[in-house]
Amino acid sequence: MRKTAALLEKRQISSEELVKQYLTRIEEADPQINAFITCSGEEALAQARDADRRRARGEALSPWDGIPIAVKDNISTMGLRTTCASKFLAEYVPVFDAAVVENVRKAGLPILGKTNLDEFAMGSSSEYSAFGVTKNPHDLERVAGGSSGGSAAAVAAGEAPWALGTDTGGSIRQPAAFCGVVGLKPTYGRVSRYGVVALAPSLDQVGPLATCVEDAAILFSLLAGPDRRDAISSQSRPFSLPEWDLDSVRGLRVGVPKEFFGSGLNPEVEQAVNACLGELERLGAQLQSISLYTNEYAIETYLTIVTAEASSCLARFDGVRYGRRVEAADSNTMFAKSRAAGFGPEVKRRIMLGTYVLSAKQYKLFYEQAQRVRALIQQDVAQALKQVDLIVTPTTPNTAFKIGEKRNPLEMYLSDLYTALANLSGIPALSLPCGRDSRGLPIGIQFMGRHFEEELLFQAAYAVEQTQRRGEDA
Amino acid sequence: MPKYDTVIGLEIHVALLTKSKLFCGCSTTFGGEPNSQCCPICLGLPGALPRLNERAVEYAIKAGLALNCTIHEISRFDRKNYYYPDLPKAYQITQEFYPLCTDGYLEYFYGDSLARTKITRIHLEEEAGKLIHSGASIIDSDYSLVDYNRAGIPLIEIVTAPDIRSPQQARIFLEQLRLLLNYIGVSDTKMEEGSLRCDANISLKPLGSTQLGTRVELKNLNSFRALERALTYEERRQGEILDRGDKVNQESRTWDERRGRTLPMRSKADALDYRFFPEPDLPRLKLRPGWVEEIKSTIPELPMERLSRYEREYGLSRYEATFFVNYPDFGQLCEKLAAMGWEGSRAANLLMGEYARLAREKGHLTPERLAGLLEIIEDGLISSNQTADVLEELFNSNLSAREIVLEKGWQVLADTDELQALIGEVLQGNVELVERYRAGETKLYGFFVGQVMRATEGKADPKIVNDLLRKELGT
Repeated sequence: MRKTAALLEKRQISSEELVKQYLTRIEEADPQINAFITCSGEEALAQARDADRRRARGEALSPWDGIPIAVKDNISTMGLRTTCASKFLAEYVPVFDAAVVENVRKAGLPILGKTNLDEFAMGSSSEYSAFGVTKNPHDLERVAGGSSGGSAAAVAAGEAPWALGTDTGGSIRQPAAFCGVVGLKPTYGRVSRYGVVALAPSLDQVGPLATCVEDAAILFSLLAGPDRRDAISSQSRPFSLPEWDLDSVRGLRVGVPKEFFGSGLNPEVEQAVNACLGELERLGAQLQSISLYTNEYAIETYLTIVTAEASSCLARFDGVRYGRRVEAADSNTMFAKSRAAGFGPEVKRRIMLGTYVLSAKQYKLFYEQAQRVRALIQQDVAQALKQVDLIVTPTTPNTAFKIGEKRNPLEMYLSDLYTALANLSGIPALSLPCGRDSRGLPIGIQFMGRHFEEELLFQAAYAVEQTQRRGEDA
Repeated sequence: MPKYDTVIGLEIHVALLTKSKLFCGCSTTFGGEPNSQCCPICLGLPGALPRLNERAVEYAIKAGLALNCTIHEISRFDRKNYYYPDLPKAYQITQEFYPLCTDGYLEYFYGDSLARTKITRIHLEEEAGKLIHSGASIIDSDYSLVDYNRAGIPLIEIVTAPDIRSPQQARIFLEQLRLLLNYIGVSDTKMEEGSLRCDANISLKPLGSTQLGTRVELKNLNSFRALERALTYEERRQGEILDRGDKVNQESRTWDERRGRTLPMRSKADALDYRFFPEPDLPRLKLRPGWVEEIKSTIPELPMERLSRYEREYGLSRYEATFFVNYPDFGQLCEKLAAMGWEGSRAANLLMGEYARLAREKGHLTPERLAGLLEIIEDGLISSNQTADVLEELFNSNLSAREIVLEKGWQVLADTDELQALIGEVLQGNVELVERYRAGETKLYGFFVGQVMRATEGKADPKIVNDLLRKELGT
């Protein structure tokens, strides 16, 4: 992005031209890929022309002023419909911008459109969208991953230079891995969630997806920081771009948890990740085998918490104030009919599960127990991060699967096997492309670190990325 | 003799007098255009997040301190999930598991004895919106509209232990609680505007039994009178059920004010499961060190303290002191008059009589003007039965009490010689009656007094008239 910024700065290209390029690309590629639910081309062009006028006056809002972005469609955009890929909100137009949208607008970024996702971010393939599945740009028969599948695919297909996603159990990192882009789930509380349609507030985070580590860091620097409107992020810290230095990896203690390399891991993925670990070692990192024994319980814990919180967060979609409404003689029937008509099957499934685990009779057995296990997971992760500076794992056990391949919800839930841990413990986690499998599908490697130590993740990922590029160039 | 002990516990919702709502900056002013005081947060729009109003926490702590509660340094918010059109998020943010204040009490006089009702807990929560039905009630309405101005106004819920023994006591407790909340200024406690609402739990148990009976929850108690009447009705209804050897059904009942009876709403079987769980959008509420002490220092003199001070310092009776405590505007006048040197009972005499009626209609007189009135009574310029007339004039003119009396010529006729002569005339004009009086028909005495007073147009000092008349009549 530095190159683009320099071109804009030198006025060798205008923002309008840049946005037009992306819009043309969207027009060409998106009919196949379906990364976007809504393309806001006209508005993006108007914003681009504003950016050009600012540049002409020497009043650029930031070095990135005029570089467009795509936004996941569960992030509120004022005046631009925000559907959450649900029939329920198909016509819903927010009256306010999410904090992260405000932030990117303040930096001058035109918004190209809203990207596809699993309905209300519930899923790992973007197949559960009321607006059709998003296809993987590397193989149109395969999924882009999810839930931020649209954002990952848009970036991978060159339909957007970067994008915003949300991550509750892996929803940025897994599609980033499947599509071969960089994705960061920041520390819980580092980025304001204000205006992001909640799935599970105790786990949700907004983060960047980009083609390279530096771009992801640049976008992250626009997002991070305290926001009064999100009580959880009020103690956050801003993020400034680091000095990129391959030497910063030297002496880093990198933990490799054995639980992430067991059965179920695709050997090709394992091989690629091991190759990257080798690179880290060559760069001076000290690899250390560690144990994260609690990861065995991560998926069950995650599902209990996410369904419980989601069942409550989605209760507001009752047809009274906005969204889908099916008229009925009394309000209870109206609620039921509106929700039945507006929600897809996965959403209904999770609401039922969540309602069950919170019910008076089951609360102790499920929700309370999940909270206890979550505390154990947090202890386990904290303990590990005392021994090592970084934890490195595969992002996913496998590369992108075929559309329609996973028919059993439980199978789909296992997509988060390596990613949910970071959400449950609140630590930052980044997925970096690390080679491809024999079918040419991207593989992702995951870096996890201590709370608020995103910089270290970026540095390590950057170092690996640079050695990979050198390898490609050679 | 009653056969049962009545056991009553109350749950009181109090709207706090903060300028803005509990989780957003919207105004809390009552009576605005429907839906003019709303924002994405209190409308529960997707993605909006709550942000706790510190002033509401302060007021809740203040109420907790005034009610002798333990204030918890760490408390937490929880979600109470249920569907209703007036509830924008389909959950209410409340404090179910770890409330801000627990284990307090309120002391108050019930009859002649000091009663103490335990406060189990006080917690913060948000108010819902308001349904406006197109017809007379929800049943016969074609449609209903929702006004969300009220949604998100901060409430405290005060829960008492089942300590209250009668409907009358419940009413007195609630009155005293309201007074306390007014004293500390955290709420305007207007039952008619819904800023003070009360639900009651009532059960009966055999006299002296230690085991509580099945309780019934009473709702829609919109006034102190309704609270007492509904409880009285329910006490009798449950007594009759138990007399028949039947069991009371655990249920919620609503008070029908018009018909004067309680009606079943829903039984325990169809009670809602609120699926409480910790509110993930808010961190734990952690009070900063020293804050509770700061708030404590802002608590003014409370009703019970004031009551004993009035009794002690001004020598007022319990009845008088209670009046001044319950009506602090009158209490303040009493204190000012006392500060000017007037005896408390004198001030009470004046303020609690005719003055109270007039002042409620027309507003208060200044303590100086009231002192002027006490002064001319003291001086004997008027007699005490003329006080009402002078008061009436004080409300209508700018003249002082003395000026009014002089201008109207209302001063007491206290000239002994003049009165002596007048009495002489009266007696001479009624020789026959004087004879009868002297023969023992003593009830005629009043007639003579009346004649004298009439002759002086009521201005004669009654004491002097009595003295002289008795001497003349030789009794």
